[in-house]
Amino acid sequence: MNEPAGLAATGGIVRPYGDTTGDGMVQLSFTLPIPHDARAEGAALQLAGKMGMAPAMVVHAKAMSEGFTFFVVYGSVTHLVDVSKVEVIEREYPLLPAKDVNAQIKRTLRRKLVVLGACIGTDAHTVGIDAILNVKGFAGEKGLEYYREMRVLNLGAQVSVPELVHRARAERCDAVLVSQVVTQRDAHLRNTRELSAAFREAMGTRRPLLVVGGPRFDPAMTDELGVDRIFGRGTTPGEVASYLVHAMGQHRGGAR
Amino acid sequence: MTIRPKLGLDGRTVRKARRLAQRATAPVVELAKTHTTVSVERAVLRLAGMTGTDPTLGSGEIPWVNRVVDTVRDQVGLEYGVALPVWHELRTGGYSSLDDLAEKVGSGSVQFAVPTGKDRDRAARAALAAARLGLSNIDRRRKERDRLIRRIGDPKQRPWIYLIVATGDIYEDIPQAQAAARAGADVVAVIRSTGQSLLDYVPEGATRQGFAGTYATQENFRLMRAALDDVSKEVGRYVRLTNYASGLCMPEIATLAGLERLDMMLNDSMYGILFRDINPIRTFVDQRFSRMVHARAGIIINTGEDNYLTTADAVDEAHTVTVSQLLNEAFAHEAGLADWQLGLGHAFEINPDIPESFRLELAHAMLARELFPDAPLKWMPPTKHMTGDVFRGYLLDGFFNLIGTMTGQGILLVGMMTEAVVTPWLSDRDLALQNVRYVLNAAGGLHEDFRPARGGFIAARAKQVLTEAVDLLDRIVDDGLLNAIADGTFGITKRPADRGRGLEGVVRRADGYHNPALELMEATGE
Repeated sequence: MNEPAGLAATGGIVRPYGDTTGDGMVQLSFTLPIPHDARAEGAALQLAGKMGMAPAMVVHAKAMSEGFTFFVVYGSVTHLVDVSKVEVIEREYPLLPAKDVNAQIKRTLRRKLVVLGACIGTDAHTVGIDAILNVKGFAGEKGLEYYREMRVLNLGAQVSVPELVHRARAERCDAVLVSQVVTQRDAHLRNTRELSAAFREAMGTRRPLLVVGGPRFDPAMTDELGVDRIFGRGTTPGEVASYLVHAMGQHRGGAR
Repeated sequence: MTIRPKLGLDGRTVRKARRLAQRATAPVVELAKTHTTVSVERAVLRLAGMTGTDPTLGSGEIPWVNRVVDTVRDQVGLEYGVALPVWHELRTGGYSSLDDLAEKVGSGSVQFAVPTGKDRDRAARAALAAARLGLSNIDRRRKERDRLIRRIGDPKQRPWIYLIVATGDIYEDIPQAQAAARAGADVVAVIRSTGQSLLDYVPEGATRQGFAGTYATQENFRLMRAALDDVSKEVGRYVRLTNYASGLCMPEIATLAGLERLDMMLNDSMYGILFRDINPIRTFVDQRFSRMVHARAGIIINTGEDNYLTTADAVDEAHTVTVSQLLNEAFAHEAGLADWQLGLGHAFEINPDIPESFRLELAHAMLARELFPDAPLKWMPPTKHMTGDVFRGYLLDGFFNLIGTMTGQGILLVGMMTEAVVTPWLSDRDLALQNVRYVLNAAGGLHEDFRPARGGFIAARAKQVLTEAVDLLDRIVDDGLLNAIADGTFGITKRPADRGRGLEGVVRRADGYHNPALELMEATGE
């Protein structure tokens, strides 16, 4: 083979690489819910074929539990990847490890970032705000309490909006995080509008960052609800922390 | 498997560490003896057999024990405990049963009073009789466990293999737990729904919806224990069941675990404070009661030291694990737990990129083994440095298993190569068990040959960690444990004693406080 490997030689079209350019080799493991026998191995090859692997080899098959078989399959895929057509969806902020979040707060604020969290209205479901704030965290990520450069105050459930505004002021907080689970008659939207209106009235442009989250929010509704950011289902503490330092960078002088 | 001491630890330093742990915990034990909590009082009612929920409140999720304790508190306070007013009312109010009384409380027709004189003695006697009956049920379940283990047998090997099940639906958990047992699990843990630790009541009934776990309820306990009894007979070894006595309802959940013959309970002395922001005093009061129940029920507790290492550096903060183990041991002994009941936790969480990480892990694990020779230590797999590279993760788990067998760990939580990627698949669990079996089979007797060089890297590291632990314990004794917690000594969170969840449920006992369950358990504990 005389052609140099890489994009230039293939015009942006690539295939997986085993040990030779263009061999298209991949490995795959999966379980089928059938007992291990010759038919099961045939079934595994059929699946590999439908996934674009040709030829494919079952290199390992093992009965597992009752009525299941685990397979490892190697083979060449017939598919091509056009790198020039790959679209990358950019998040507006980079995801940072806790260490970098702390360093950035230290550098830009030269004091701790103060975060206030609560569930407002009659919502007693603190699962969301606790997952983001408690050290215990969520999805293998530690909560914001874990960040040395943040001072986190979790007010818990059923906090009234005036109380929240009062505490935000008293604690000179940088960001207010509110989670909303209950969505009966759009309570989450009503509560959020009440929240943003109250902060606007009390503090104007010097209000803290307002961040809401919950499983039924549409992240595109920030303007409509008057908040800075909306997080949906499955958000992890690391995403929130990364967003906060990003937003503080943009917002400097605005808050407080 | 007994492992001969190999590190050459200085006996005087070890004794000093224990003495300091005792001194550090003594004032907190005193606090636990002079306070009660709503959950301790509710546990008394549960022990006496009060069950069910008030159908008219909310969507029917609030248990009667909450309604009754809250009502007693509103009317006469909890300073004397819930037993005196409840059994006085039960004796004199013409109720057919404790449940009948609860329903009348629900309808608002009961007016409680704290009895005095002869009435007090009579109420106390009636409460003692009810608590004695509840404790005898726990005793009966313990004997039943002993009988089943005699008949069916214990696992052939140590460590016991510990697997986790968590679907949120008890009826999905059951076949998964049985499959895990058939695949080799000696211990099955049912993970709780996220956030249950912050509920100030124990949900009721069989539950089918949880968040990343299944609610701990008495009925779920019963269903799962029965299912594991069936599979135990099939696989020829008694399969143990684990749940969580942590959070705001520790005493009640411990009681339910005793009544339903659970075998192990997660029960750390400081976890709720540090990781869930539960009030320190609430935690220590609840914890003492729950540990007394565990002692009585023959339950093995599992402590949560692994959690420190997921938040702090596993090398720099290794001594905080040792300190926490020593504190957990001191609290546990005081509450009547025997050494065989102390599943003290520790974990394989050192960054694998640092040089000699395996030797450091081995040193830490040996230190724990030699400090607590008669405790069935619980060895927890890597989580923090599992990156999604499942191949590297599988290798790390192999090294983790190797230390597990080399250091005679009692309980080995099986590591999954898909940690931090997905909840374990059927194949992940199978591969993980193959990993454990390979290592136990290939190196099960290695501890007989292995002896670290005298004064070498491993022995020196163990000594260093122990020395740092003693220094920290010294500071804690000077400072007071509550102040140390308030100052952020453990983990990095500051947890002052006058803050945190559940503080409103703490009550200082008055002279004349009566708790029949505590009285009976303390009498047998001495």
